[in-house]
Amino acid sequence: MALLEIDNLTVEYPTRFGVVTAIRDVSLKLEPGRIHGLVGESGAGKSTVGAAVMGLIASPGRVASGSIKLTGEELVGADDNLRRGYRGKRMAMIFQDPLTSLDPLFTVEDQLIETIRHHLPFTADQARKRALTLLEAVGIDDAPRRMRDYPHQFSGGMRQRVVIALAICTEPELIIADEPTTALDVSVQKQILALIRRLARRHDIGVIFVTHDIGVIGEVTDFVSVMYQGEVVETGPTELILGGPQQRYTKSLMAAVPRLGKRLPRFPTPGGDIGGKGGDDAEAWLLRRDETSTSTAVINAETANQMLNVDRITVEFGPGGLFGRGQRVRAVDDVSFAIGRGEVLGLVGESGSGKSTIAKSIVGLVRPDSGCIWYGDADLCARDSNEAGAVRHEVQMIFQDPYSSLNNRWRIGDIVAEPLSVYRLAESRRQARALVASVLDLVGVGRENMHRYPHQFSGGQRQRIAIARALVARPRLLVCDEPTSALDVSIQAQILNLLKDLQARLGLTILFISHNLPVVRQMADRVVVLRNGRVEETGEAEAFFNEPQSAYGKELLAETPSLHLLGPVIAMI
Amino acid sequence: MIRFVGVRLFHAAFVMLAVSLIAFSLFRFVGDPIAQMVGTETSIEDQERLREQLGLNDSLPEQFGRFVGDLVRGDFGFSFRTREPIGEMIVARLPATLELSLVSLLLSLVIGIPAGAYTAIRNKSPGATAVLLVSLVGVSVPTFVIGIALIYVFGVELGWLPTFGRGETVAIGWWTTGLATLSGLKAIIMPAATLAVYQLTLTMRLVRSEMLEVMRSDHIRFAEARGLSHGTIHYRHGLRGTLVPVVTIVGLQFGGIIAFSIVTESVFQWPGMGLLFLESIRFVDIPVMSVYLVIVAALFVLINLIVDITYFLIDPRIRVRAREG
Repeated sequence: MALLEIDNLTVEYPTRFGVVTAIRDVSLKLEPGRIHGLVGESGAGKSTVGAAVMGLIASPGRVASGSIKLTGEELVGADDNLRRGYRGKRMAMIFQDPLTSLDPLFTVEDQLIETIRHHLPFTADQARKRALTLLEAVGIDDAPRRMRDYPHQFSGGMRQRVVIALAICTEPELIIADEPTTALDVSVQKQILALIRRLARRHDIGVIFVTHDIGVIGEVTDFVSVMYQGEVVETGPTELILGGPQQRYTKSLMAAVPRLGKRLPRFPTPGGDIGGKGGDDAEAWLLRRDETSTSTAVINAETANQMLNVDRITVEFGPGGLFGRGQRVRAVDDVSFAIGRGEVLGLVGESGSGKSTIAKSIVGLVRPDSGCIWYGDADLCARDSNEAGAVRHEVQMIFQDPYSSLNNRWRIGDIVAEPLSVYRLAESRRQARALVASVLDLVGVGRENMHRYPHQFSGGQRQRIAIARALVARPRLLVCDEPTSALDVSIQAQILNLLKDLQARLGLTILFISHNLPVVRQMADRVVVLRNGRVEETGEAEAFFNEPQSAYGKELLAETPSLHLLGPVIAMI
Repeated sequence: MIRFVGVRLFHAAFVMLAVSLIAFSLFRFVGDPIAQMVGTETSIEDQERLREQLGLNDSLPEQFGRFVGDLVRGDFGFSFRTREPIGEMIVARLPATLELSLVSLLLSLVIGIPAGAYTAIRNKSPGATAVLLVSLVGVSVPTFVIGIALIYVFGVELGWLPTFGRGETVAIGWWTTGLATLSGLKAIIMPAATLAVYQLTLTMRLVRSEMLEVMRSDHIRFAEARGLSHGTIHYRHGLRGTLVPVVTIVGLQFGGIIAFSIVTESVFQWPGMGLLFLESIRFVDIPVMSVYLVIVAALFVLINLIVDITYFLIDPRIRVRAREG
């Protein structure tokens, strides 16, 4: 008998505008000890499947039809108390963000003992012993001492281990893992995936593994169901689905995944590219050199080969002032690199490596404690520098999260027009208007959307708007800080294509910051590898990806989920 | 922890010094102290001699130093109005106000926190909506109206409760308490209830909105996925997470009640600090007013310190942050 059998499951959410179907006719079967992946883009309904199995669909959502059977026992329509009894006991859940899924006010020990004693007839001492064994089993060092700690005293990866310990503390038969490694660095991700796999095999636990990451699917799952708009479009053994997808949607999804092993001139996007065309007025304006207002520094930046030269910068954070005590943290430690004109430089490293701090130093949001950043002849870090002020608009930034980087109370036309008025680039309001319209065309948002507000756009469109805002400042250097890591793969492919097109058309120089090596491979001409604020390796991108020189570079590449299961891109279109 | 309290005490000393400066300026510059002390028939020479005796001709820093020194030693000077030492007047009044404030704080917490939790957990149910509606009346009606209404119903019409004063009090050392006698207890019910109404509503609404927020958070969803019972989820994990902001606001409000229960005290003729303050204003009794200012500031500083220490006990994250610097 299958451990879990889902048949034609449909979940609906009644809203003011009628009933929305979150998932429709979803069926899948899971055997003990197997890991079944649910993959799809945001809004595909994959998390809803997990929530439905757990009986945790947020009201007013409800299971409209279909059945969920746990070892043959029907769960849909079952008594609430029975289902609560199963939750945590027979089936457990792991959430995406280990930073928020533990109660910050209780020690790890308290939370483990609480769960164990709730489900099993244990004394406090027995429960404590069990908690200790569990923490050791999931790889927490020095468990007897660490279990007295509070969640915030653990790192992200360690916290996810604690969450897993909580999930398996009552020996469940089924685990729903909802994006369990999305918030983690690659090296930690690899360890957590190995842990989940080992636990599943050793204890015969069936796992439903929800993720948007094809690489993770290839790494950990036995079977996979690809979901699109609430329906399962294709299901089967992982190597078959990834290696030879049959459905059109699956093919395009696989094609959009950046490969670590090969650089493509551009991503195949089956729906055709959005943006990068039109907007000729904007292009002409963006390319025009305004000789009268251009400072000597800029001219030098253009003629010299090096556009930006970061010279031994160090940035420290920490307590200061009258009551300052404790250790200052060195976020960036003696980092130097240069970006050539028209080059795309990839800045890679794990969280905490100082990537974003460097980006902020370049655009002037953080002042380095020592060292300088030369843009042509202008020192961007100098205090009260007129030169730095004059060239500031030539260095623009695109942020990671397009949901928080746009002011929700402004129309997008005004958002994009703001740099024009801040830097006094437009000669008249009419010209500003026309430019904004043309730039919106250029990035593929469309000038007709000028009067709408950010919340009316999807994540990908918002990122296009953010790019348009950066472009109207007439930048020579674009600093992109994880520009696609909040986006789905197909959207990511479009945005990366757009950036490539813009770079080709406008001759932009780009500092491309990402923790995602496959993405960097697609974009960068050269790479700088950072670790704990120091440069580990610098080199040509192709050379780095083929044969990294530093031990850390090798490690990073090895830890990135390999996509060997995926077939060649060309075969997929 | 000790260092944390030490730093806070250092801050507190600064605040108190600043408040003393304001109190001193009030005393020294709002009107001429000599003119207020003496009658019209006192000769100019006598006035000058008095000025010299009281040290009013010394330099301002010297005078301020003496003012602070006296305060620290507990010598608060004399009231213009009653010629009594202000220290004794305050000591006589302080217990009444503190008892009234504590009882009303207790009332507001005992009712407000469970009501807030209830309205959050049963959000949008008829019961919760009714509670919220009633609470809206609580904030909208001014304190004195509530006080007078209570006096009319329970004091005048039903005659159950006394309409003014503290009832019989018992002295325990210098502290006089009305909580040990029946008449004292009866007397405190109405003023405490009046004072608690606004507090209660605020606490309830704060607990409610905080709890709605916490109940949406991931660790509550994870607690549900662990199959814990509703009681554990709501009260152990949910309610406790709401307490940090609640403690902050309640602390500030408590300071407010002590300092500004003037309206309630005058409606019920409660012999506390508020009434003293009101009388002092009426007679332009500036020394009493400036001492009152200093004492109220001291109370606020003390309450804030207690609030900060309470954070420690509630939230382990603050504990660690403080330890790290």
